[in-house]
Amino acid sequence: MKSIEEKGQEIIAEFSLFPDWLDKYNYLIEMGKDIPAIDPKFKVKSNLITGCQSNVWLNAEYKNGLVWFTADSDAVITKGIAHLLIRVFSGQKPDEIINADLHFIEEIGLNEHLSPTRSNGLVSMIKQMKMYALAFKTKYES
Amino acid sequence: MKKDLKNIREAFPVLSREIYKKPFIYLDNAATSQKPLRVINRLKDYYSNENSNIHRGVHFLSQEATSAYEEVRRQVAHFINAASSKEIIFTKGTTESVNLVAATFGSEFLDRNDEILITQMEHHSNIVPWQMLCNRTGAILKVCPMLPSGELSEESFRQLLTEKTRLVAVTHISNALGTVNPVKKMIAAAHQTKAVVLVDGAQAVPHLSVNVQELDCDFYCFSAHKMYGPMGTGVLYGKESLLEKMPPYQGGGEMISTVTFDATTFNELPFKFEAGTPNVSGVLGLGEAIKFMNETGIDFIGRHEHTLLDYAIKKLSRIEGIIFHGQAADRAGVISFNLKGIHSYDAGILLDKLGIALRTGHLCAQPVIDFYHVPGFIRASFAVYNTQEEIDHLAEAIEKTRNMLI
Repeated sequence: MKSIEEKGQEIIAEFSLFPDWLDKYNYLIEMGKDIPAIDPKFKVKSNLITGCQSNVWLNAEYKNGLVWFTADSDAVITKGIAHLLIRVFSGQKPDEIINADLHFIEEIGLNEHLSPTRSNGLVSMIKQMKMYALAFKTKYES
Repeated sequence: MKKDLKNIREAFPVLSREIYKKPFIYLDNAATSQKPLRVINRLKDYYSNENSNIHRGVHFLSQEATSAYEEVRRQVAHFINAASSKEIIFTKGTTESVNLVAATFGSEFLDRNDEILITQMEHHSNIVPWQMLCNRTGAILKVCPMLPSGELSEESFRQLLTEKTRLVAVTHISNALGTVNPVKKMIAAAHQTKAVVLVDGAQAVPHLSVNVQELDCDFYCFSAHKMYGPMGTGVLYGKESLLEKMPPYQGGGEMISTVTFDATTFNELPFKFEAGTPNVSGVLGLGEAIKFMNETGIDFIGRHEHTLLDYAIKKLSRIEGIIFHGQAADRAGVISFNLKGIHSYDAGILLDKLGIALRTGHLCAQPVIDFYHVPGFIRASFAVYNTQEEIDHLAEAIEKTRNMLI
């Protein structure tokens, strides 16, 4: 399994193929459409991330020392962003997730989504994913 | 572009900006309007030449600033045709104006099981203060429903008005739908049952001429920043006889007459409701904004926005899959819509990238959004400086957005 950093670099390379914002967003929209399906039983209120203009459901599972995420959203751009995060975080050890530096977001030009006024939940999604990792670490590894 | 419109646009410095290397198209006027240079300069002049605390000092600057501030109070009274400038209370904005009435009128005149009647199309700031008041007093909040057209059900309104109704709080123009409510008729009906009426005029004052005596409303609230003025300044108009009976809002300087540790007597109107150092520059900016509106002509502003609205409806109707929300017979320059199969948030992100500033989401009127069973609206709202060319760009951008997302 590649590291979070390696996966981030992979995404940077993919986005560098699109100098135009329009193509970048088209790619993000495609990523949104291709997000691995979440089990409908996880699309429940308790998995809903608050503070977004769109609904985001996030589920996490811990298997053999690794964390696996699935997510969904009713907005496709948000889904694309969730897909990016799942690509880098899913299958990683809790510690890796907790300490990850996601500089790739800035480098692919999506840092505007980090601003709280965008309220698309990118910040909340990252926070929630790290919280899951921390919870699994505390529960299974201490 | 007509010559006078060109002059109007040139008065607004921000409109010449480029965003993402595209000319900036600002269609989020219902959130806040842009400011003409004269308003900006008024604030700058105040802090450069006139800054001093008002109503206190005997020195020259203080007296000068006090007269300028009080002159704006007279100007506002004249602008909405209040009977006296004592009826004009300066606040932080519409939200504070509503909260002031809820806190003072509410605590003095509302008891358990009294009713407050609001409507389904209120902005959160004309819902939440009343809910909080109901929690404090045991009063009951009643909600007049709206119809799919985005108009209020007048029949329900009459039914919900009873001898238990102490207060009716209604928006003059809906921020989410643009519906112009028949407030004059509603006020007359409410007065028959002895209810007091507060009108949220935040969306109305920028677009039409308001005459509080003709409406016969008991309270009327609005904000400077939606009518080409600065942020942080608003107005509460209240009938003098009512304001006299209400207890003060906040305690502090300015609102007192005498203070000893045993007791305090309160100042007279309007100062009783203006504790602390006010936003002097904001009020002076409001005065300048009123001058701008008067010189441009409120009728001209309203007519221009209506022309834009009609044009936008015609132009946007041609877009495949567009769903309009709110089609009231009487409406102001607001057009809210969705695109079939597309989340409003996605559309908002892409429209922004195309250089168009508009609003998406619940627009601080969640019950309205819920009524139409959608996650949010896309809203374009117009001001006097908007043009038909901008609406052409909007239509093109919506098409482009739709093609990307569908």
